[in-house]
Amino acid sequence: MSSPGKYFKDAWSGVWTVLIGMRITISHVFGKKVTRQYPLERYQLPERARNRLYVNMDDCIGCDQCARACPVNCIAIETAKAMPGEDLGVTSGGKKKALWVTKFDIDIAKCCYCSLCVWPCPTECIKMTDVYEFSENNRNNLVYNYITLTPEEAVLHKENADKAAAEAAAKKAAAAAAKPAAPKPAAPAAGAAETK
Amino acid sequence: MSNIPVDFIDVKKIPQVETQRLRTDEMVLNVGPQHPSTHGVLRLEVVLDGEIVVDVVPHLGYLHRCFEKHTESMSYPQVIPYTDRMDYLASMGNNFGYALTVERLCNIQVSEYVEYIRVIMAELQRVASHLVAVGTYGLDIGAFTPFLYCFRDRELILELFEMTCGARLLYNYIWIGGLSHDIPNEFVPKCREFIKKSRETHKEINNLLTYNKIFIERTANIGILPADVAINAGASGPMLRGSGVKWDLRRDDPYSVYNKFEFDIPVGKGWYGTVGDCFDRHFIRMLEWEQSLNILDQALDSLPERTDVQAAIPKRIKTPVGEVYSRIENPRGELGYYIISNGGANPFRCKVRSPAFVNLSILPIISKGYMVADLIAILGSTDIVLGEVDR
Amino acid sequence: MTPNFLQDWLTKLLGNDAIPIVVVCALPLVFILVYALIAILGEMKISAWMQDRVGPMRTGWKGTFQPFADILKLMQKEDTTPSAVDKFLYNMAPYIVFIGAYAAFAALPFSSAYMGATLNVGIFYIVAISSLAVVGILMAGWASNNKYSLYGAIRSVSQIISYEIPAGLAILCVVMIAGTLDLNQISAIQSGGIQNWFIFGGPFPMEKRLLLLPVMIVLFIIYYITSLAETNRTPFDIAEGESELVAGYHTEYSAMKFAIFFLAEYANMFAVSAVAATLFFGGWQSPFGEVLGGPVWGIMWFVLKSFFFVFVQIWLRWSLPRLRVDQLMSVCWKFLLPFTLVCVVATALIVLNF
Repeated sequence: MSSPGKYFKDAWSGVWTVLIGMRITISHVFGKKVTRQYPLERYQLPERARNRLYVNMDDCIGCDQCARACPVNCIAIETAKAMPGEDLGVTSGGKKKALWVTKFDIDIAKCCYCSLCVWPCPTECIKMTDVYEFSENNRNNLVYNYITLTPEEAVLHKENADKAAAEAAAKKAAAAAAKPAAPKPAAPAAGAAETK
Repeated sequence: MSNIPVDFIDVKKIPQVETQRLRTDEMVLNVGPQHPSTHGVLRLEVVLDGEIVVDVVPHLGYLHRCFEKHTESMSYPQVIPYTDRMDYLASMGNNFGYALTVERLCNIQVSEYVEYIRVIMAELQRVASHLVAVGTYGLDIGAFTPFLYCFRDRELILELFEMTCGARLLYNYIWIGGLSHDIPNEFVPKCREFIKKSRETHKEINNLLTYNKIFIERTANIGILPADVAINAGASGPMLRGSGVKWDLRRDDPYSVYNKFEFDIPVGKGWYGTVGDCFDRHFIRMLEWEQSLNILDQALDSLPERTDVQAAIPKRIKTPVGEVYSRIENPRGELGYYIISNGGANPFRCKVRSPAFVNLSILPIISKGYMVADLIAILGSTDIVLGEVDR
Repeated sequence: MTPNFLQDWLTKLLGNDAIPIVVVCALPLVFILVYALIAILGEMKISAWMQDRVGPMRTGWKGTFQPFADILKLMQKEDTTPSAVDKFLYNMAPYIVFIGAYAAFAALPFSSAYMGATLNVGIFYIVAISSLAVVGILMAGWASNNKYSLYGAIRSVSQIISYEIPAGLAILCVVMIAGTLDLNQISAIQSGGIQNWFIFGGPFPMEKRLLLLPVMIVLFIIYYITSLAETNRTPFDIAEGESELVAGYHTEYSAMKFAIFFLAEYANMFAVSAVAATLFFGGWQSPFGEVLGGPVWGIMWFVLKSFFFVFVQIWLRWSLPRLRVDQLMSVCWKFLLPFTLVCVVATALIVLNF
């Protein structure tokens, strides 16, 4: 096992492989260095880069698809139905908007940057940008509010929508209560009215 | 562990310990959870007799994030970002395995172009993962420079991935029924550039680390895993192939289009020591790196006609009631997903058979009788990622 | 030009006896401090270049101010002393290690006109006094009350005392050829240009030189390897192996005491490199013979040669993995020692017959 030949071969291979390793490292001293001096030189991110989210509120129709697609539930959306006379404008695709978006918060600290919210958006208003330097000192500053309405407007629209919904519910209840006052048809129809 | 037929090494019979007539106490040493060379948060309770390891008890769970419970409350496509985060050094593999499993459950066929892209991404990921494994193994042994050479190459791979799907580490790329993006036009030339550069780095790392006499002394004849013990314990990947067992899921249980490529399955031969020692496992990773580059070359050469990569993605995933188990060859071993579906939008149960977890359980068996420095070498050769061990 | 020149001249100038002694003793300390700054920066930059990086670039011009920043950081750090340590040993240990390294500078021939202490047993003194560091390391490991530190300290001690044997024997061979233990004399013998350095055979007739050449090369390699082990550098840095023992025997030290350990390691590196340069490469002799020779230029040559060997030590650190402790021992006792003994016999035969 330990023959004199092996002994000298071991000693020689020890020295020789060390010298080969040393030659590789010294050749790198004179080679190209790969360090980029960030923040003086920045790397140009590819166009598909997935970093901070951006929402173009002019195009948002409040469909809630992005909030439903998010695996970590970091998007919170609240909408309010527009009143009959109000004109909310159109999206860039020509579609008429019908909902006021009164709350659109993304907790960017929770976001896992998977881009699952980008795909279902029908107007392509939510996008991932290439901004990656957005650290904050206060964790609450990482909850981004995207709505373009002022808080008073948001409250106003919400109240209008709630009032309209309450009126509609009251009207429906009144209609349902008024139904039995009308002449009752034959038994099956009465049975149908009861099961309603 | 008690019903695995294994000859435990009797510590008292080891020559170094036999001659001691002094009464020596056994010392319990805690390696971790914060330690530079446990690859993540792992606590190893090591019982030592002087420098010789008498027993090792791994304590896990420091990185448990309830992945399997989470899947029960999310729809099938929403699970994919979570699968990324299990084995965060080989995310494409995790996505791939899950997508394959659900596709088998729902009987979804994808186009050949999509399959080729998936294989290209999986093999690129294999190279990236082996680069980390080799680099950090060198770091554990004490060689600081190969680590940086490996990471320099890994940067090129991560740039390729970023160009394709936008993220560098956690991709959410391989979806159920297709991919999230098609490869851009610059991908193929840049990939070929990378393959050429990587072959040079492969030679360099071999000369700097693998054939270095000191490295050989540190890793040969250490942590010998006999083939029958490996099979009984459920090892897979380089751990199993290092012991001489020629078992690779890409060849023995082919999935996707792997049966179209020609590549070797490197098997441990005991090049500088015995079959199944740490050097074999390390060298197999180096050889697998080279074989992955060959597969990449073949795949890029024979890329079929471009099709829409999102064509087969269903609008709403309708799973039949049933269960399916599907497995892929992760860089670490056999990654299996077992999904039980009750017909709803969420998986009823998604169980992951993680290779690193099973490989880690072999650690107590193979490290008895060696020294503390060898324990670190053996742990490095199992190539565990705690995200996968703990899920 | 006697080595006492500086001390005599100062005594004549000032008339006092004490101040010149203080100056002569303090000069190596000043040198160590300046050299440590250069060495720290050198290690950072050279290791970075070998790893395809650029190292520190922001402090000062291309990072040259980095060592000052590091020293300032170490000085202003909180000096924590764990409560369960053995206070006296814990506080004394860094200083003992440093003294072991610093005292060796007394016998280093910086030039033909300056040597810290004119000892005629120069090299013998150096080998003896650098063993003092062993005591310091043991104190540090024991007093830290930490399993990892104790492991590191014991490994380090066994390594240093084992490797002193091949080192001493290699030095013995050179002493046999030179015929004197005084390092200044050994430098002086190698005068006349690069071909007269001991590594190329020495200033001897042709047959003796040809026979000595292979022996000297082997001896130099052996001495260089043992010097790596003496200073706990990779591949023999099992004592401070970061991936196993965090930092070995200086795990529990912070701030200034850690800085003193650090300083002691670099001083030791310089001392052993200087000895290698003197014994084999001519010390303060210029390679061109009389051109650029003399006492003042001698300092430059001496420092340059030692810096080159320090650079090779840094180079080896970043190219090689670490040896395990029993392999370390087997390299010493099974490989270095037999080769050294063969070289001793060969040298003795050559010296006696030629």
